[in-house]
Amino acid sequence: MRTIQFRQAIAEAMSEEMRRDESIYLMGEEVAEYNGAYKASKGMLDEFGAKRVIDTPIAELGFAGIGVGSAMNGLRPIVEFMTFNFSLVGIDQIINNAAKMRQMSGGQFNIPIVFRGPTASAGQLAATHSQAFESWYANCPGLKVVVPSNPYDAKGLLKSAIRDDDPVIFMESEQMYGDKGEVPEGEYTLPIGVADIKREGSDVTIVSFGKIIKEAYIAADELEKEGISCEIIDLRTVRPLDHDTILNSVKKTNRLVVLEEAWPFGNVATEITYIVQEKAFDFLDAPIIKLNTADTPAPYSPVLLEEWLPNSNDVIKAVKKVLYK
Amino acid sequence: MKKVTKEVYLKWYEDMLFWRKFEDKLAAAYIQQKVRGFLHLYNGQEAVLAGSLHAIDPKKDKLITAYRNHVQPIGMGVDPKRVMAELFGKGTGTSQGLGGSMHIFSKEHNFYGGHGIVGGQIPLGAGLAFADKYQGNDGVTLCYMGDGAVRQGSLHETFNLAMLWNLPVVFICENNGYAMGTSVARTANHTDIYKLGLGYDMPCAAVDGMNPVKVAEAVHEAVERARKGDGPTFLEIKTYRYRGHSMSDAQHYRTKEEVEEYKKIDPITQVLDIIKEKKYASKAKIEEINKRVTDRVKECEKFAEESPFPEKNVMYDTVYEQEDYPFLSHKL
Ligand SMILES: Cc1ncc(C[n+]2csc(CCOP(=O)(O)OP(=O)(O)O)c2C)c(N)n1
Ligand SMILES: [Mg+2]
Repeated sequence: MRTIQFRQAIAEAMSEEMRRDESIYLMGEEVAEYNGAYKASKGMLDEFGAKRVIDTPIAELGFAGIGVGSAMNGLRPIVEFMTFNFSLVGIDQIINNAAKMRQMSGGQFNIPIVFRGPTASAGQLAATHSQAFESWYANCPGLKVVVPSNPYDAKGLLKSAIRDDDPVIFMESEQMYGDKGEVPEGEYTLPIGVADIKREGSDVTIVSFGKIIKEAYIAADELEKEGISCEIIDLRTVRPLDHDTILNSVKKTNRLVVLEEAWPFGNVATEITYIVQEKAFDFLDAPIIKLNTADTPAPYSPVLLEEWLPNSNDVIKAVKKVLYK
Repeated sequence: MKKVTKEVYLKWYEDMLFWRKFEDKLAAAYIQQKVRGFLHLYNGQEAVLAGSLHAIDPKKDKLITAYRNHVQPIGMGVDPKRVMAELFGKGTGTSQGLGGSMHIFSKEHNFYGGHGIVGGQIPLGAGLAFADKYQGNDGVTLCYMGDGAVRQGSLHETFNLAMLWNLPVVFICENNGYAMGTSVARTANHTDIYKLGLGYDMPCAAVDGMNPVKVAEAVHEAVERARKGDGPTFLEIKTYRYRGHSMSDAQHYRTKEEVEEYKKIDPITQVLDIIKEKKYASKAKIEEINKRVTDRVKECEKFAEESPFPEKNVMYDTVYEQEDYPFLSHKL
């Protein structure tokens, strides 16, 4: 099978959908003439023209809201945030309008919009540029939240997100755009709300999502050498959360580590931990461990950033701890 | 306005040259991966700062800007070694290594940052002015932003409030032609940014930003207006950045010729030409300045290199004023 970069998977998903449906357009800062700040919309202006691939000024509140308004009147926007850190400037339009409109109007106005862009840390960018808002958005009824971790998933899930008739928050990573992976030539979609078992294993379940899952792969390789078998679940969708896949795995391994690049207070891992203790309490042989960033804004200095982020060593330690090794 | 004397010209020359070389050193350190993250450099825009500083009293007036912010604090009196150390992620940096390139601060020197979210500093600048007015201080705040930032809602809300409350603030748009790859012409239906003041009845003007004298005159008038209690001004200072937006910018949106055109009216060269023309300094004296600048930049680099990285606890100690805040743990 051919191998492509994550950024190309994103561009292909958007382009294929735009060929299929005239009402889809892409809007955001530097998406057109610059081909995307991270080249995730490369070639799209050439193919679709300035009517459908639209450069905006730096005005997140305005263009997020214009996206929502246009969705109320027949269009299917893809709104790119250069990073989700900047979505905070427009978050009112997402939370108060995109997420609420359908219910508030008694089902009259659905909002088929995708807000997409990179999330979480991307090197030494410090406090305002290293934030993961998956749990913030996932907390809000009316939204769906998708966070792929490889090119194949990204393409299939983004196509589903664009076809979805509800608002979807679709989160990528600057540090994944260059990642390569196998992606078939032909058409495919992947369902929203279904987790994927990236590795089967028997001793412990590791749940993760997004780029940080790579730390779980590294840890699992190391642990395998010591005869410890890890099952790795990639959530792929954070809201709705695929309870069954997690619970079935925990019922098999009886041990759970959740790895999430986000602040520890009330995050996605916290939600999973609650669900598992509620639905699989009797299957657990050890307390669940969640691994997150430090409980502080992201620091700039390399030594501090290394301490701040969870890594494969933390995963190894956690796995051994739930195994009482 | 304070007269623009021989001493002023010589100071401008040395300051601007130092800022330029300081930034060049950062670019080199970035390539060596000693400085990481985003790095936005000020090359070409130095006259905006030099002219502004001539028109203010750094003891009581305040500066706030966006992420293109390494040399403004130096101009306000911060030790450049500490700015360089911040970019090297060292504990001796202005934010103890926590802020990095985009977030330089100095409370001591009235430099209020260093802000990474485009437009985020605009209301903050008005807030600094609000507090000065509230407390009866006669300080004035200079609040800088890029040409891209003026399209944010934050500017428009703030302009209205600043006029409504007659705040002692000068809003300065450093129009360097581009917001990343987006030219000013592609962000609005007209390119006269200063006219954004008109809708709020805010005094406003366009200024030549390659010439520090022109900048000083315009900023002086605005600062005096604010200090007298006559409220805000909006200046669009037309300047140019020679380097890419940040270090990873291939700059396909402009031509090399365009950059060369602006280098012909380079602020440092303009000032040096006047120094030579008016015989304000001998060749030897100019050489002496050049050497001093080179040496000072080297000292900064040495200091940054040799400084230790911060201790891990500063990441926690700097979050809250409360000393025993119960952080959640994240490592086993
Ligand atoms: C709210 C927000 N949106 C987007 C960005 C990404 N970004 C950083 S700088 C920049 C361009 C800003 O241009 P301008 O205001 O002209 O300032 P300049 O870089 O030219 O100094 C953009 C889009 C950001 N940091 N914050
Ligand atoms: Mg600009």
